[in-house]
Amino acid sequence: MNLSVSIQHRFAGFTLDASFETPNGVTALFGSSGSGKTTLVNAIAGLLRPDQARVQIGDRLLCDSDQGLCLPPHKRRIGYVFQEGRLFPHLTVRQNLRYGSWVSGRQRDQAGETRVVDMLGIGDLLDRRPGALSGGEKQRVAIGRALLSQPLLLLMDEPLAALDEARKAEILPYLERLRDETDIPILYVSHSVAEVARLATTVVLLGKGKMLKCGPTAQVMSDPALAPAIGLREAGSVLTATVTAHHADGLTELAAAGGQVFLPRIGVPAGGTVRLRIHANDVMLSLGRPGRISALNVLPGKVTSIRSGGGPGAMVQLKAGHDQILARVTKRSATLLGLEPGSEVFAIIKSVSVAQADIGARNQSMAKSDTTT
Amino acid sequence: MDFLSPEEWTAVALSLRVAIWATLVALPLAIWVAFLLARRDFWGKQLLNGIVHLPLILPPVVTGYLLLLTFGRRAPVGAWLADTLGLVFAFRWTGAALAAGIMGFPLMVRAIRLALETVDPKLEQAAATLGAPRIWVFLTVTLPLILPGIIAGAILGFAKAMGEFGATITFVSNIPGQTQTLPSAIYAFLQVPGGEASALRLVAVSVVIAMAALIGSETLARRATKRVMGA
Repeated sequence: MNLSVSIQHRFAGFTLDASFETPNGVTALFGSSGSGKTTLVNAIAGLLRPDQARVQIGDRLLCDSDQGLCLPPHKRRIGYVFQEGRLFPHLTVRQNLRYGSWVSGRQRDQAGETRVVDMLGIGDLLDRRPGALSGGEKQRVAIGRALLSQPLLLLMDEPLAALDEARKAEILPYLERLRDETDIPILYVSHSVAEVARLATTVVLLGKGKMLKCGPTAQVMSDPALAPAIGLREAGSVLTATVTAHHADGLTELAAAGGQVFLPRIGVPAGGTVRLRIHANDVMLSLGRPGRISALNVLPGKVTSIRSGGGPGAMVQLKAGHDQILARVTKRSATLLGLEPGSEVFAIIKSVSVAQADIGARNQSMAKSDTTT
Repeated sequence: MDFLSPEEWTAVALSLRVAIWATLVALPLAIWVAFLLARRDFWGKQLLNGIVHLPLILPPVVTGYLLLLTFGRRAPVGAWLADTLGLVFAFRWTGAALAAGIMGFPLMVRAIRLALETVDPKLEQAAATLGAPRIWVFLTVTLPLILPGIIAGAILGFAKAMGEFGATITFVSNIPGQTQTLPSAIYAFLQVPGGEASALRLVAVSVVIAMAALIGSETLARRATKRVMGA
């Protein structure tokens, strides 16, 4: 189901003006704090009434200022997972999960409930109250509660932001399963590049209330022009690769579009596919194939664009196979190597620089969007 | 009961009836007014707030006299109620209940409003996104969360109603069996020679009822708070 959003809203020195349309799957709404992400999702959920809005899911119109239509939140059928969980403290986990069907008088879907409880691993928590749950458990219950209200769209507003790294790592796999096992479109708000790279099918990049870019994750993430908006330290490309073998020395061999890649062992069996996020800072460029060098991954490619700003750095985008890789080098090196669009170069990536958190299971919807780009 | 004479027993029973009715009728209204004051902005909000608090700051005798002017048999509201609904307040136990309810009202509103202000509106938003219409949000989220405050307000109102004297005696006088509540009875016994023993027995009953109500409400409130806090 397509989601089509167009919202204009003005308040206290800030103007939000964003329009985008996204396909099924996970759409990441990405931008730094203060870029208007939360305002945008609140407007979509109906918790905030914007000056001008049009929101449509599939062929269901939720809000259209031109027609004077604006459904109240409880009629929108949008599941909302808030940053702070917002579980009802006076109800047990089970009652929280059933709240949606209870208040809307819908027949409770027992099979669906069992499936969601299993998927989120909250079977042991059902009789507890939210006060007795950890942050990560609360957030899993909040996701389950939103899912069981049978939404047509799931909004997640930085669901991991209030959690520490260990808890994030605990929940991310559940979100990947959610993406792969349900067909509800998800709008995922985040300012974490790592989360977006792992989860998103489509990325909507917001900056100061304006939409900067909307496109498939790999394409948006590896666009050098958008690197400043994403954050230079965080910029990097997203590749898809197939696991070919696990070696005895603890390395996993993968086949990416641009060539062979070796990484520290990852828990995906041979034949499985993964998404890798390669930081632009971790990529080195060389004109010739380097000889005796410790880095294991050397991918040949062709420079497609170079972008530099006021600082000493330059963002180089190259094409390796049909993958795009971003490399951040100094302007001086770019000049010394005589880099320009069309130059043949080798991208060098240290195996150990790819963190486990930057490797995610790949889903089918990602595959679908890959074939269209 | 042998401990009390029939006359004393009548005063105790009447007081309980007056206080229970006053509390039960005033409570839903107090919840509604507290909700308006805590959550809504409207023209005349300060005026409403002032009127609600009047019985708390006016001398009770003044409140009683104002009630007489409004709800007396010949007064505009009183006559209309008597003609249309057959509801007579003047010199009836219903009048005592009305006076008690009005005197306790500001206490109930204050306790419930305080509780409402601690409820996070974000929880109510979450309920709305899950498909709950406004009235359901109130009944399933707001109301359970303010239950401790409602219990506190109810017990304050009940205690006030049991003890109300000035407004009651001004509005509905001191008629045994009809409007003579516990405080009026104690006062009346103290006015006649040899009435001290009766007065003392009623004082003892007052203390027992007040303590029972307090302990009962604290237990209920603690249970409700525990539920809300989810321990």
